[in-house]
Amino acid sequence: MANILQLEHVAKVYRSGNRELKVLDDINFSVEAGATLSIVGPSGSGKTTLLGLCAGLDRATSGSVELNGIRLNNLNEDQLADVRNRYVGFIFQNFQLLPTLTALENVMVPLELRGEKNIKSRALDLLDKVGLAERGHHYPTQLSGGEQQRVSLARAFSNQPQILFADEPTGNLDAETSEKVEKLLFDLNKEAGTTLILVTHNLELAAKTQRIIRIKGGKVID
Amino acid sequence: MAWRDSRRNYSRLLLFVSSIVLGIAALVAIYSLGYNLRENIDSQAAELLGADLELSDNQPPNDKMTTLMDSLKGQKSKEMSFASMIYFPKNSGTRLAQIRALEGDFPYYGTLETEPISAAKEFRTKQAALVDQTLMLQYQAQVGDSIKVGEMTFEIVGILKKAPGQTGIAATVAPSVYIPLSFLEKTKLAQKGSRIVYRYYYKFAPKTNIEALVKKIEPKLETENYSFRTVESQKEDTGRSFRDLTRFLSLVGFIALLLGCVGVASAIHIYIREKINSIAILRCLGVKASQAFLIYLLQISGIGLLGSLLGAALGVGIQQFLPIVLKDFLPFELTTSLSFTAIGQGVLLGVIISNLFALLSLISIRKISSLNVLRASYEPSGLGKDPLKWLVYALILAFVFGFTWLQMKRWTDAVAFTVGVTFAFLLLLGMSILLMWLVRRFFPASWSYLSRQGMANLYRPNNQTAILMVSIGLGTMFICTLLFVQNLLLERIKLSTDGDQPNMVLFDIQTPQKQAVTELVKSQKLPILQDVPIVTMRLEQLNGQTSTEALKDSTNKRWRGLFSREYRVTFRDSLISTEKVVKGKWVSQVKDVSQPVPISLEDGYAERNTIAIGDTLLFNVQGMMLTTVVASLRDVDWAGVQTNFLVLFPKGVLEEAPQFHVLLTHVPNTTVSAQFQQAMVRQFPNVSMVDLGLILTVLDDISAKIGFVIRFMAGFSILTGLIVLIASVLISKYQRIQESILLRTLGASRRQILIITALEYLFLGTLAAFTGILLALIGSWALATFNFEMAFNPILWPVGVVFLTVTFLTVFIGLANSWGILSRSPLEVLRQDV
Repeated sequence: MANILQLEHVAKVYRSGNRELKVLDDINFSVEAGATLSIVGPSGSGKTTLLGLCAGLDRATSGSVELNGIRLNNLNEDQLADVRNRYVGFIFQNFQLLPTLTALENVMVPLELRGEKNIKSRALDLLDKVGLAERGHHYPTQLSGGEQQRVSLARAFSNQPQILFADEPTGNLDAETSEKVEKLLFDLNKEAGTTLILVTHNLELAAKTQRIIRIKGGKVID
Repeated sequence: MAWRDSRRNYSRLLLFVSSIVLGIAALVAIYSLGYNLRENIDSQAAELLGADLELSDNQPPNDKMTTLMDSLKGQKSKEMSFASMIYFPKNSGTRLAQIRALEGDFPYYGTLETEPISAAKEFRTKQAALVDQTLMLQYQAQVGDSIKVGEMTFEIVGILKKAPGQTGIAATVAPSVYIPLSFLEKTKLAQKGSRIVYRYYYKFAPKTNIEALVKKIEPKLETENYSFRTVESQKEDTGRSFRDLTRFLSLVGFIALLLGCVGVASAIHIYIREKINSIAILRCLGVKASQAFLIYLLQISGIGLLGSLLGAALGVGIQQFLPIVLKDFLPFELTTSLSFTAIGQGVLLGVIISNLFALLSLISIRKISSLNVLRASYEPSGLGKDPLKWLVYALILAFVFGFTWLQMKRWTDAVAFTVGVTFAFLLLLGMSILLMWLVRRFFPASWSYLSRQGMANLYRPNNQTAILMVSIGLGTMFICTLLFVQNLLLERIKLSTDGDQPNMVLFDIQTPQKQAVTELVKSQKLPILQDVPIVTMRLEQLNGQTSTEALKDSTNKRWRGLFSREYRVTFRDSLISTEKVVKGKWVSQVKDVSQPVPISLEDGYAERNTIAIGDTLLFNVQGMMLTTVVASLRDVDWAGVQTNFLVLFPKGVLEEAPQFHVLLTHVPNTTVSAQFQQAMVRQFPNVSMVDLGLILTVLDDISAKIGFVIRFMAGFSILTGLIVLIASVLISKYQRIQESILLRTLGASRRQILIITALEYLFLGTLAAFTGILLALIGSWALATFNFEMAFNPILWPVGVVFLTVTFLTVFIGLANSWGILSRSPLEVLRQDV
């Protein structure tokens, strides 16, 4: 199977005045389409920075990041946004729903940004899959944490992404809700055949993916 | 703790108080102006009057008065002034002006400011005139040209720039022409029926006790109906006028401050919401509710003080410009100086009012539980029902009332202002809530996503829609109401002379001239629309009480001028279209003059002076006493070019009394008007004319000058609205950064974010401007319908310009302040501390 994500000698350096802080150093790995992968490591190890680089949210200081055959390093902000909209789905620890939109409208956002028409039935179908078909007209503040994360899941799959990035998807949820959300995540992912990249502290969750990358001090150690 | 907690929030806290800076600045500037005016009036009062004592009346002095005047030792000047036509032979220009025929060295204090300076003396000694600069400019006249006044032609020896006590506005309404009194008789303008004011100016030897002198002669002056002015009374009169002006201006400034305070309240509300976690942690660590409250109260007080000090400093700067803004209303040169009392008042006011408005949110701190640390979504219950909140509202209302009462000194005015301001704020707030509800209720689901997102942002959590609607709406309402009212006044006069309605009045026509004047009017192919005889008289007694008795009567609430004024009355056997009897019975003809004559009074005049049907009035008709009885009261429409009268006599009484005439005609255009006026002035120089063109020009000029002052003051409110807009945009930036970054993460381009932001402010600006205009339209319509009783046809193009400007400014400020958001990296979505 072809690689959907490929990183070669990726480094990320932050400059503060004359000081340089190397957050990531010589990262090399690739992910096959349809695979599941976890990035684990202690706080401050560079996990989130790595996720940002992989998803085209940030640019590497050196090295190359290729997503679905597109080299991200030389793209401008709008071109990166277009790549994310076409190929990438996101799930965040703190859900990140737009508070002014209903659950249904939140699910529709990625498709609307793409200018697609007649998307309501697809969004409703996704809400149904996460068990929230009846809550589509509710605003985020009217939903529990677990429900918000399920809306977030539906949104992540709405644009039929090639690759899904999840940053601590159950970090803000209790154990019981976490379990339900995890199950939904993997079921939907399997059904859609999407590549899944997880960033987590939770080794149990990480163990459910096919592959784990351990990172420490900005370097892949395993 | 208050200091430490505020360290990372200096810029945001300063932003909160920036809203009150302009309001405080306006008040400090106006208070300072008030103090400066008082100082200037005190130091320049003598120059305002030009003499130590002025005696005046519209009758020549009788023997008793002449004796009294002769007994006053000192220098004396005499002035006879009246309205008359002037004629510039060079370009055939004619206009109604105030002729001042002067004898003596008046002014004794200050000067007649002329160009050249020597003209102020030169005109007194020969057949020469000083002409007001507005007239000189209007008729492109130059020194050395001629001016015809009555039947005399004078050489213009100088341009009159300023006379003692004269304001720019006064010069616009009645521009003066000074001539030597010795030539007045030859002008043949001082005839019977001419409305001449006789003034006598005195300068006494230094150390003369003028007040004692006036006290001694006052009873005699009152008996003879003579008015007097001294430096002290001039000080009081001028001081009173300017106190009223500064009070009015300070209320306009106070509205700007209140608007700013609503901005502060809204900003503090968001600040406290964002501080909930910090406060909850403090509570966990053992801080009492009252201590937590005090920490933030101290922060707000400190920052309120800083904002007030900044406002006061700005106010001192603005104070330097107020004399320029008010120059047309000031009868003297205004010098400005620093007033620490004004600064103190402004700062104190700023601290109190910013704290009061901040308290609305600060008191909720008491209810923040330590549970918030464990559960961010924990909401304390019953916050809206906090009885202390109602106490704060009551305190705010009490403060607004108290402040207004201190300014106006009348509790009815204070109540009216407090209710009015509260109503305007609540109305705008209500409109914003209604609009937000309508947007949610009828959300346009079929619109594009970008439009829907822009519109949905209007009710995002911690949205600033209501405060922006109030501030932008109030500013727009100010401007539009001003435009509408200004236009209403001009329309009212224009409308009243549409078609064949009279638009020119000829007055001071002597009885022997009447026939010839009528023929001249007809020869110009102009119609005689009204021919009204006028008889002048004075009131001697009302229900048997004389003016002297009335003055001594402490229960008398009637107008002081009731007895001293000259009544110009007419007699007819029928009523005209502008009047109708509302009480009593109109008697059209009298046969037996030995009985009291049944007369008709204007109802408002009768009401103001508590005169009722059946009351008896004894008139002095140029030496002959005539007893009358009030038989009817009339409602009179004073609008338009018409002759209307307070007192109306029936036929059969005054026919043989000395009288003069007023003719009303209609001139079709300005060319005919100019030709007709020239012909009249050449043949009948004593006959004065007022045409609609002149009224409109004067009214336009005055309304422009008043409008400038009001616009300047309303500018504070509008600018405060803009500052509140900027502050609100910046304060809600945190929320919008989060949203924009999330959208960027989900694949939105810069263009799409920009469109969403622009649409949000476009909706906001449009709705706010629309609401402001709507309120101005309703207010002006009510004014037109119920007050002016005329159809309201607003001119819409200036309103369109205001609408577009307000909307554009809102979008521009919104976008300019949101620009930085577009450059934020979407990576921040992964971090908590966006």
